[in-house]
Amino acid sequence: MAKILAVDDSASMRGMVAFTLRSAGYEVSEAENGQLALDAARASRFDLVLADVNMPVMDGLSMVRELRVLPEYKGVPILMLTTESNTEKKMEGKAAGATGWLVKPFDPEQLLATVRRVLG
Amino acid sequence: MSTVSLAQFHQVFFEESLEGLDAMEAALLALDQGGDAELVHLIFRAAHSIKGGAATFGFPDMAAFTHEAESLLDELRDGRRATDGAIVELLLRTVDCLRGMFDRAQTGQPLANAQSDDLRQQLAATVGRTVVAPAGKAAGKSAATSGWIIQFRPHPGMLAGGNDPLRLLRELAELGQLSVEAQLDRLPTLEALDPSECHLGWRIELIGAATHAAIAAVFEWVEGECDLIIEPMAQAAAALSANVVETVTAPVVQNAAAKAAAGSNDSGSVRVGIDKIDGLIDLVGELVITQAMLDQFREEFDPSRLALLQHGLAQLARHTRTLQENVMGIRMLPIGSVFNRFPRLVRDLTQKLGKLVKLEMIGEHTELDKTVLEKIGDPLVHLVRNAIDHGLEMPDKRRAAGKNETGTLRLEAFHRGGSIVVEIVDDGAGLNRDAIVAKALQKGLIQSADGLSDETVNELIFQPGFSTAATTTDLSGRGVGMDVVRRNVTDLGGSVAIKSRLGVGTTFTITLPLTLAIIDGLSAAVGEECYIVPLVAIVESVQLRADAVRSVVGGGELFRFREEYLPIVRLHEQFGCPGAKQKIEDGLVIVVEADTGRVGLFIDGLIGQQQAVVKSLEANYRRVEGISGATILADGSVALIIDVAGLVRMQSRRKAA
Repeated sequence: MAKILAVDDSASMRGMVAFTLRSAGYEVSEAENGQLALDAARASRFDLVLADVNMPVMDGLSMVRELRVLPEYKGVPILMLTTESNTEKKMEGKAAGATGWLVKPFDPEQLLATVRRVLG
Repeated sequence: MSTVSLAQFHQVFFEESLEGLDAMEAALLALDQGGDAELVHLIFRAAHSIKGGAATFGFPDMAAFTHEAESLLDELRDGRRATDGAIVELLLRTVDCLRGMFDRAQTGQPLANAQSDDLRQQLAATVGRTVVAPAGKAAGKSAATSGWIIQFRPHPGMLAGGNDPLRLLRELAELGQLSVEAQLDRLPTLEALDPSECHLGWRIELIGAATHAAIAAVFEWVEGECDLIIEPMAQAAAALSANVVETVTAPVVQNAAAKAAAGSNDSGSVRVGIDKIDGLIDLVGELVITQAMLDQFREEFDPSRLALLQHGLAQLARHTRTLQENVMGIRMLPIGSVFNRFPRLVRDLTQKLGKLVKLEMIGEHTELDKTVLEKIGDPLVHLVRNAIDHGLEMPDKRRAAGKNETGTLRLEAFHRGGSIVVEIVDDGAGLNRDAIVAKALQKGLIQSADGLSDETVNELIFQPGFSTAATTTDLSGRGVGMDVVRRNVTDLGGSVAIKSRLGVGTTFTITLPLTLAIIDGLSAAVGEECYIVPLVAIVESVQLRADAVRSVVGGGELFRFREEYLPIVRLHEQFGCPGAKQKIEDGLVIVVEADTGRVGLFIDGLIGQQQAVVKSLEANYRRVEGISGATILADGSVALIIDVAGLVRMQSRRKAA
């Protein structure tokens, strides 16, 4: 089963994402900011990264930029979990190298649908 | 997918959000003192997280409210608006309002009320917008046609961004019947081909009733990374522009889940540092090794190996003690979580009163038992209010007295022996002996002040119903007096002392036990029973001769201890224990001390010193006056723990009667 990295500084949000995906059979690792996510991503390869935008230490956009520099993360889907529904913010994510986004609030079904959509 | 209930995440969401609000408040106060831009980012992040969580976990009112605050914070963050006192004030009220919403969320009440609606309007007005009712989901941009022609040509870098054209084609296939034609015209020669880039394009015919919006949604992530034209089949010639329409996901409200979670949050939880958990795991490992070592003796015991057995038992004792300490440590939380509320309190009070006060907090990392921590907040708030309200003077008065206009209020926590000490120190006017004496005379608390030491006079403020302020302001005068402060602290097994110098300042010293869960005590025999007397309360044990005891009118007994006469409390009479010694000279008197006085406890004799794990008597039986709890002795029998303050209170009531 695919390995997913869930990155969010909010424990409730991260918990919800991880729980939902684990219930669906995915293998999920969690990180609470961009820096920890980078460490995790360097240690093992993930098939999908789901990341919040606003986080302390290292935000989601910087994390995406750093990830895209790594050869093994070229082409790996990275989705931003964002409450910013305006296009500008989404484009910032795209410019940083994100694959797409999932607009908060989302419920477990929407999350799973999107993840399945990306992972096929 | 109904297997994932959002309610299970509510408690975590509440806890992290309340922490976020504390952080917001602290940052706002720091910002008010002229903090930097990083604070604004921190505040924004906290609000943003709450908004996202609220929307996700089914609290749309809270999300909508927080959204307004976030918009304002966004302007501050971008530098479109400067931070001023009014904005900080508005945002502080927002923090309060959100706290209220979380309170109501925990009990399943409606979140929004008149106050929050009003504040929401104010926030919106500040940003320069009016709040409109949330609009329904936007309708699809155009009506369905019989089919669409899609020209899709990814830019070479699209693959690196993680978007796979195959996925897009697969999704399109879900919208209707597809026929796809690959365009190979830009395919480079094999030598020039970079396999990580996309060189293909597609012309796609989609037959079906899909809307333009639905198709655009498929391509929403690749906007800007491809050339895309979506045209209705019938008007293919009329080349519509390929504006990608943003779809808005409607918030999913799960009120049922919110209600399910309410009421299930009484047990509370403690967040524990990983190092503490790791320490415990290490220790359990050690215990397992010790257990294995001792296990060798189960089958047979050869006296020659006695030393080994003794070593094993000593090790077991050591590990058990450390384990006990570490487990207690889990309940220990930094007092900073209580101190945190004071910057705000001090700011509000000083603004209201027109005083200038600098708050210093020292030792925020000092750890206290969670139960103690929860109950020490109110007494501390009262003392801080008092210090600002009554202790520290107005700026002009301070200037006239040759002091700095700005008063200093210091909160300090530190360890002393086996206790935690919290000091509240102000450099204000100090306690006014004459004012206290006058008040005490008026209230009939004393008959005359002659011969009373300053300490004794200061102690009078702890008497019920005492208040020296000429007019009771709405700040301190909330029907809670210093007597309640002392009572609360005493109930926690602590004490309050006061030191004051006229014109120089006042210091309140609160001494608290590290934990309520374990006490050091002396076990005392009374007939067939065993009672535990807390060690901290014991002054000394004395053996009295029969003629050292004076009987007084009313049936009481007194004995002379140093310079004073103390009443004797015969524990066997107090608690009805048969078979106890009756003659004073046969037993022992333990002199114990509470804040309110000393008494001598008459017992048969001392058994020894021991640590007692406190079990609640109230939870298992009912409250008994003079008893603070129970513990289980090494032989499995139950011993009651003496509540010294309670016994002293009972004794003084008897004296008064």
